[in-house]
Amino acid sequence: MIEALSFEFIQHALIAGILVSFAAGIIGSLIVVNRMVFLAGGIAHASYGGIGLAVFFGFPIFLGASMFAVSSALLISSLTLRKRHRIDTFIGLIWAVGMAIGVIFIDLTPGYNVDMMSYLFGSILAVSTEDLYFMAALLAVILFVMTFWYRDILAVSYDSEYASLRGVNVRFFYTLILILAALTVVVSIKVVGLILVIAMLTIPVYIAEKLSHSLFSMMFLSGLIATLFTLVGLWFSYTYNLTSGASIILISAASLGAFLLFYKGK
Amino acid sequence: MSVVDIENLSFAYEKDLILENINLTVDEKDFLAIIGPNGGGKSTLLKLILGMLKPKKGSIKVLGKAASKNPSHIGYVPQNTNVNTDFPIKVIEVVLMGHVGTKNPLFGYGKDEIACAMGALAQVGMQDFSQSKIGSLSGGQRQRVMIARALCAHPQILILDEPTSSIDIKGQKEIYELLKLLNQSITIIVVSHDISVILEYATKAAHINKRLSYHDISDKKETFHTHNEGEHFCEVELLQMLGSEGCSTCDHDDHKEDTKWREAK
Repeated sequence: MIEALSFEFIQHALIAGILVSFAAGIIGSLIVVNRMVFLAGGIAHASYGGIGLAVFFGFPIFLGASMFAVSSALLISSLTLRKRHRIDTFIGLIWAVGMAIGVIFIDLTPGYNVDMMSYLFGSILAVSTEDLYFMAALLAVILFVMTFWYRDILAVSYDSEYASLRGVNVRFFYTLILILAALTVVVSIKVVGLILVIAMLTIPVYIAEKLSHSLFSMMFLSGLIATLFTLVGLWFSYTYNLTSGASIILISAASLGAFLLFYKGK
Repeated sequence: MSVVDIENLSFAYEKDLILENINLTVDEKDFLAIIGPNGGGKSTLLKLILGMLKPKKGSIKVLGKAASKNPSHIGYVPQNTNVNTDFPIKVIEVVLMGHVGTKNPLFGYGKDEIACAMGALAQVGMQDFSQSKIGSLSGGQRQRVMIARALCAHPQILILDEPTSSIDIKGQKEIYELLKLLNQSITIIVVSHDISVILEYATKAAHINKRLSYHDISDKKETFHTHNEGEHFCEVELLQMLGSEGCSTCDHDDHKEDTKWREAK
């Protein structure tokens, strides 16, 4: 195991795992307390459309997925603010249509035979230096936003009606949370893939929520727990030669089960 | 001096008129109870006073100015404070929300804000719980915290929407005793279903069912008596009293059965 650390791709995997885990911990907390888990799932799957477009037109995958995910986030945000009672239908639509667009564009791409499975289930051992920059930049943006707007985001998340009465722009912060969620989903694609990302955004958060007294401690703790799960999952997948993304998720799920048993028994 | 002036106000969400030709004046240090059936327009009237909705016709003046969003001089305690209790937030942070929108420091909370929030918590007797998680409190304690949040902005008017709908009898009494105390310096407007408890504390009552009828009940102690030591007014007597004063909305067609029942008595 120790000698594995000398490989560059392993180093990249570890750094990517830590960066993405913290981003997922912070944004996952916001998604859970704002009851946006299904929204995040829709955005995650829709971003496959962006991957298809990027492959077809030959621009970077991250860029294509980001643009597509952010567009779906904006679409969902405007639909939620106008037709709240039908939002589940629209999310379902965006979810499936995004994936369909991705599949069709990959069909149309001549001679393209890269394993698309890696986008669905993650490929943390193939993280490039550019990917790391993108992840670090996103984490920096998230930390900046949370530092400067913590109290507004807290107010909007806890009681949006009251926040709006106190002059907070609820619409702006709601959209901002969705955009950050979209971008976090995109960087998580490398680590666990877009199908498994929802577990990464929720399992550590669920444990942290039980142990936290404030949103800040919940975010921080979620980041730590997600990092732990990612590193243990990576070790597990390396040792037993299993798919990394799925290993991370199953380690997380098993830990959640153990935690709940222990927590209930207390 | 009047703090809220409502003249010829009508409001409709789409086509159906929710409020029709409402006239209401709330004076300084009034304790006004707004009562009426579900869907009668009570919460809508509150939202209009708070500036969250705009009137279709007529005018609302709060402290001499048109009602607008972001009213710092009105404290608001919303309905359903029992939802979202899993949310990881400390009591002090909830109270500090009362400050959101005023000038904030770049990072965290200012010392004066925290002092102010602690003061508001002390006013409602919850200062020892400032670091507790909101979900660990009882319904009555949580309601006190919401009142503290409203007091945090030093309001001249305190508006509460069904403040005791999910609290036990003891907690309800404590909340109303607290409101009575606050009423010494603040005007209070309460929407409630709980007629008997509210009329024990209120000095004015407005019955809303699309239209409004107004009662000055500050001399109620002489008008009727309470049964037993619980200081609980008898609902039947109260209904008879409200009905006998020629309450125009109660004679409305959809209340015929109600009237018949009263006549039979």
